[in-house]
Amino acid sequence: MRVEIRQLTKTFDAYTALDAVSLDVRDGQFCALLGPSGSGKTTLLRIIAGLEFPDAGEVRFAGEDMVRRDARERQVGFVFQHYALFRHMSVFENVAFGLRVRPRRARPSEAQIRERVMELLRLVQLKRLASRYPNQLSGGQRQRVALARALAIEPRILLLDEPFGALDAKVRKDLRRWLRDLHRRLGLTSVFVTHDQEEALELADQVVLMREGQIEQIGSPREIYDRPATPFVYEFLGSANRLSCRVRAGLVDVAGGRFETPFGVAIPDGPATLFVRPHDLAVEPVGRAHGILATLTSVMTTGPTFRLQLALEHAEAELEAEMAKSRFDALGLAPGTSVMLRPVEFGLFPTGGSDPAVAIPILQTVDSHHREAAVA
Amino acid sequence: MLASVSLYPARVVTADRPAVRTILIATALAFLILFLLLPLLAVFIEALRQGLGAYLVGITEPDALAAIRLTLLVAAIAVPLNLVFGIAAAWAIAKFEFKGKSLLTTLIDLPFSVSPVIAGLIYVLLFGAQGLLGPWLAEHDIKIIFAVPGIVLATVFVTFPFVARELIPLMQEQGTEEEEAARMLGAGAFQIFLRVTLPNVKWGLLYGVLLCNARAMGEFGAVSVVSGHIRGLTNTMPLHVEILYNEYNFVAAFAVASLLTLLALLTLVLKVALEWRSQHARGALEG
Repeated sequence: MRVEIRQLTKTFDAYTALDAVSLDVRDGQFCALLGPSGSGKTTLLRIIAGLEFPDAGEVRFAGEDMVRRDARERQVGFVFQHYALFRHMSVFENVAFGLRVRPRRARPSEAQIRERVMELLRLVQLKRLASRYPNQLSGGQRQRVALARALAIEPRILLLDEPFGALDAKVRKDLRRWLRDLHRRLGLTSVFVTHDQEEALELADQVVLMREGQIEQIGSPREIYDRPATPFVYEFLGSANRLSCRVRAGLVDVAGGRFETPFGVAIPDGPATLFVRPHDLAVEPVGRAHGILATLTSVMTTGPTFRLQLALEHAEAELEAEMAKSRFDALGLAPGTSVMLRPVEFGLFPTGGSDPAVAIPILQTVDSHHREAAVA
Repeated sequence: MLASVSLYPARVVTADRPAVRTILIATALAFLILFLLLPLLAVFIEALRQGLGAYLVGITEPDALAAIRLTLLVAAIAVPLNLVFGIAAAWAIAKFEFKGKSLLTTLIDLPFSVSPVIAGLIYVLLFGAQGLLGPWLAEHDIKIIFAVPGIVLATVFVTFPFVARELIPLMQEQGTEEEEAARMLGAGAFQIFLRVTLPNVKWGLLYGVLLCNARAMGEFGAVSVVSGHIRGLTNTMPLHVEILYNEYNFVAAFAVASLLTLLALLTLVLKVALEWRSQHARGALEG
């Protein structure tokens, strides 16, 4: 089922949760709404579900207007962040609920309900736990019950709110893989909300990056990661070094180095901000290459990869570079060594736009992992 | 001192010395015996002072039976009414956002903060012969004050908060996610209420009803103001006890009082049972 969202706006008192958001989700697509907390992604999901009503805009399922339809008529499967299982019902009854509350005419017989529920429990691999109560299940099991319950009504669309948010890391990874396989098998149009970029990039075939009630970028995981449209996307997805620079006639002057602007990027002459991911920052011995002169200050290793902290010679800044162990060994680096840095792939945004991230001409390393940890 | 603490971390910091503990427990026990257990025993001892025969006469004479009947009738009307009001109010407050919500919450508590005598007086001032609606009522030959309707009204007022107070925190704690889930699965408002909301609060609800009932049967102040103390007609059990006592008919007074006491004890037992049940249910849910 195709989902079209047009100019959706929603405010809560003075706070604008969604600001004229438009979005298409193709039939059978697995779409991730990604963004920091307060970006409006959950509000968008709840409006699609019919649990929240927009101030303006349209929601269409396969061309059919849904805004004035009540949630119970939309035939949407919704998996809540904390599962919202009916605590006084067994797993079986939880899954059967959507069938039992149907009007008498449309209600399947007891035998049919039984068959359907057991089929769903088989699908989520919980057949043996049918008589258990939610409190007797692990987090991952509850999650799967919630999914089976949502699927019982034969939904046209499946919505998941932070589906892995309440699970520990190991279960999260397994369940993620399992959910992706399940989506492939069912081919059900699905939208899920997450603040975890890794989750979005791994699961979705369309990522919608949101920020302050607006869509920052829509694209496949590769597009979003390789070609961030804005500084915000750069900083939100993975870590990125940020450097002030100056653009003139297709050349970038940055901290004593000069490079050509990336292919296909038209940027006006003047001050700009350069973003480069740590693994896109080539480290080479001095003399063999021209680039940004820097001194290695410290090295951290996570095993296969090395993370280097580098102090720039011609600017007040520290950059982070990442490289494989073999490369690090070949270079024979040690703290205090001078090196040349060359951004292999980088993003360039003119400074002085409306974006505050660019407006501040400071040089620093931005690491979204750290920032998120600090927020949490 | 510090060293000993860090050397023996197993010893609970809050634990006092045995002597202190003994004194504390003894004080609490003495207090309980003096102010709770002894009066309780006194009720039954006084009631049975002249033997079982006098006791039975005390509780089976026509006026006593009329008082018991009236008390049961009042409770049978007031408790179901407050059950409905309480559920409706708690549901509205816990599950919906609307203007004036905090005002409603405060109003629900009003009967707790107003003296029962004042509560009774309100009705006299409203429905009494000299009251606001008095002349109109007299014209249409409707008796509220010094009659059963007045007693029911006063009782409903006084016992209003019990069910709602018990349900609101419980419903708030449970949030609205389960209701939303039910809606997404196609359930209507009434189905959601019957199949999701109500089963989740049933133990709290029973507990509230129990307390409401105990208060409805035991209420004295408000009822005393509106009843008029007409023997055999508008006397509830607590009022009947007072009249008998003032007439120095101690055995009969304590006999009727013992019935109320038994009700209190029964309530207490049921309350403990319900608390155990609901804690059990909730504990298991969180486990």
